[in-house]
Amino acid sequence: MRELLDKRLVIVTGKGGVGKSTLALALGLAAAKQGKRTIVCEVSAQEQLSRVFHRAEVGFHEVEMADNLWAISIDPDESIKEYLLIQLRVKAMRDLLVNSRIFGYLAAATPGLRELVTFGKVWELAQADRRVKKGRTYDLVVVDAPATGHGVGFLQTPRTFANVARVGPIRHQAETLDAYITDHRKTGVALVALPEEMPVNESASLESQLTEDVGASVDRIYMNGLYPERFPADDVARLEPVAAEENGIVRAACRAAVSESRRASTQREQLARLTEMTSAPVRTLPFLFEPQLGLEQLRELAEEVA
Amino acid sequence: MAGVAELLDDKKVCICAGSGGVGKTTTSAAIAAGMAARGKKVAVLTIDPAKRLADSLGLPELGNTERQVDPALFAEAGVETEGGELWAMMLDAKATFDEVVRRHAPDAETRDRILSNRIYQQLSAALAGSQEYMAMEKLFEIWAEDRYDLLVLDTPPTRNALDFLEAPRRLTQFIEGRALQVFLRPTGFATKIFGRGASMGLGVLKRITGVDLLQDLSEFFQAFSGMVGGFKERAERVNELLADRRTSFLVVCGPQGEPITEAVYFHRKLVEAELPFGGVIVNRVHYEDGLPAGPESLEQELEDELGDADLAARVAANFEDYRALAARDRRNVQHLTREMRTRAVIEVPYLDSDVHDLGGLMEINRYLFAAGAEERAEIAAGV
Repeated sequence: MRELLDKRLVIVTGKGGVGKSTLALALGLAAAKQGKRTIVCEVSAQEQLSRVFHRAEVGFHEVEMADNLWAISIDPDESIKEYLLIQLRVKAMRDLLVNSRIFGYLAAATPGLRELVTFGKVWELAQADRRVKKGRTYDLVVVDAPATGHGVGFLQTPRTFANVARVGPIRHQAETLDAYITDHRKTGVALVALPEEMPVNESASLESQLTEDVGASVDRIYMNGLYPERFPADDVARLEPVAAEENGIVRAACRAAVSESRRASTQREQLARLTEMTSAPVRTLPFLFEPQLGLEQLRELAEEVA
Repeated sequence: MAGVAELLDDKKVCICAGSGGVGKTTTSAAIAAGMAARGKKVAVLTIDPAKRLADSLGLPELGNTERQVDPALFAEAGVETEGGELWAMMLDAKATFDEVVRRHAPDAETRDRILSNRIYQQLSAALAGSQEYMAMEKLFEIWAEDRYDLLVLDTPPTRNALDFLEAPRRLTQFIEGRALQVFLRPTGFATKIFGRGASMGLGVLKRITGVDLLQDLSEFFQAFSGMVGGFKERAERVNELLADRRTSFLVVCGPQGEPITEAVYFHRKLVEAELPFGGVIVNRVHYEDGLPAGPESLEQELEDELGDADLAARVAANFEDYRALAARDRRNVQHLTREMRTRAVIEVPYLDSDVHDLGGLMEINRYLFAAGAEERAEIAAGV
């Protein structure tokens, strides 16, 4: 199996609120540091990238964020326009479709088409020979995929769409994307989980769906936000009596320590469950005691993710 | 500020909304259990309950219909229910969509044509808003049967809570298929919209999409066209239920910057849409900040108490970390309170362990149903 960052496309996915965007950025930073020309894609207009890098907005442009690191926020409508420009070589034809908004009408009426075209843009970015004129060639594309509600959503889009359209160029496009997703040399999936029961369950079922139903390669599972084990059992045994006493701040500090230790150990149980329930290698990322994660913390995480 | 019981007094519907990963499902279950413990007949409609929680409530396989939680479990947890009942169901968007089609289809043939159409089969999975709408649809259906004192809806896990509010509009727009009129009547109507060159445009489109896709679409919308009226009317009534004065939206969020920002934004949209906002629940708050600032001498005091300089230093450093998080949470919650101009902010502390049984829900309810912020702080401090 190739190393995750040696692939051309890495899809970061997981349940809502587990830190997918943070991990996607950390992976991007890690790859860029290895000298790979890397682009991180947001696909649902979260604009978290702009916050971290203090930019006004990323938008549907490839914007350089740091050395070797670019970012783009993929907008479906813009993707549709671009898709048509690439698909239709005859200028009159594409002007007709783009200007008449007729394709937009089709996209509004066809479930999944917008998502398909969005994915199409991700695929396009990963091509050595870019379809976009004078497109920069990237060594790695990292996608911050939308939160999974039920099932595998985003990654299943091409397959779903291939089922909707039986023939024609869109079907062909959907099949091309599906083939790319299931090409284990080119595309890898990084799952993000939290050390809690629900996210662990969801990660296990996601892994099996991604592997069995989609046929993608789940290369790594990141257990995010793991509390450090600061106080071993014998410490806790000494702290507990003090934590139970009536003594303002000393008691509160001991309570916090006992609490940290309990959370850390509950989390270790969940880590064990995750390892037991999944087959991809599990990597842990520390909980950072920082009120808000900034670039500095992301660089710290980048050291841990690669 | 009062607790959940006061917020939901006299309400028939409680909608727990918020972005993913903030503990909505657990909060919904806790609220439902808490109201049942106060003598109400409550049903909680949930999307994906944690398996251990569902198992522990004796509901290993929640289906698309409500099932009652064994009252004996309340007794075991030491809770007197005063005649209250707790029911739960797991929402199945596809099954609900099928029910809607069956209900509105004018005849068996139309029904079968829709149910077997490939576009339709992908709908509930691929159409934005369909899961959310089907949750509302089910809520409305159960509400109309009037068998419960209170319904608690755990909204589907969307990135953005707003998707929930936009779901009916999105879905009706789709079902109306105005976009598709173009493809149904390609000549006249399309020319009107797209001007000359429309038929040529369609020709190009067919080359891109393949004729069969357009045919499937056209079949789907033709079959659906007879149901549009009934469907829209239903969606309007669903909207009326959401806006009813006996409905209450509780916004659920976490104490970090992003969930707070989203909650504030969602609240503003609720107000704009004239939907009944009840209050906000902030989960996993670090409470340590309630204490006086750590004196310089803390480490020394700890050492005196513990007789171990190394341990004392680690405990003090850990406490500083906690206090920093607690300070952030306090700032964020204050910001939230100011922005929402509400006093109905209920904070639930970050508990040491996961909730996976009725006892755990009751532990959360000590905070959710506490008489006020002071009482909550006292419980958190273990006084």
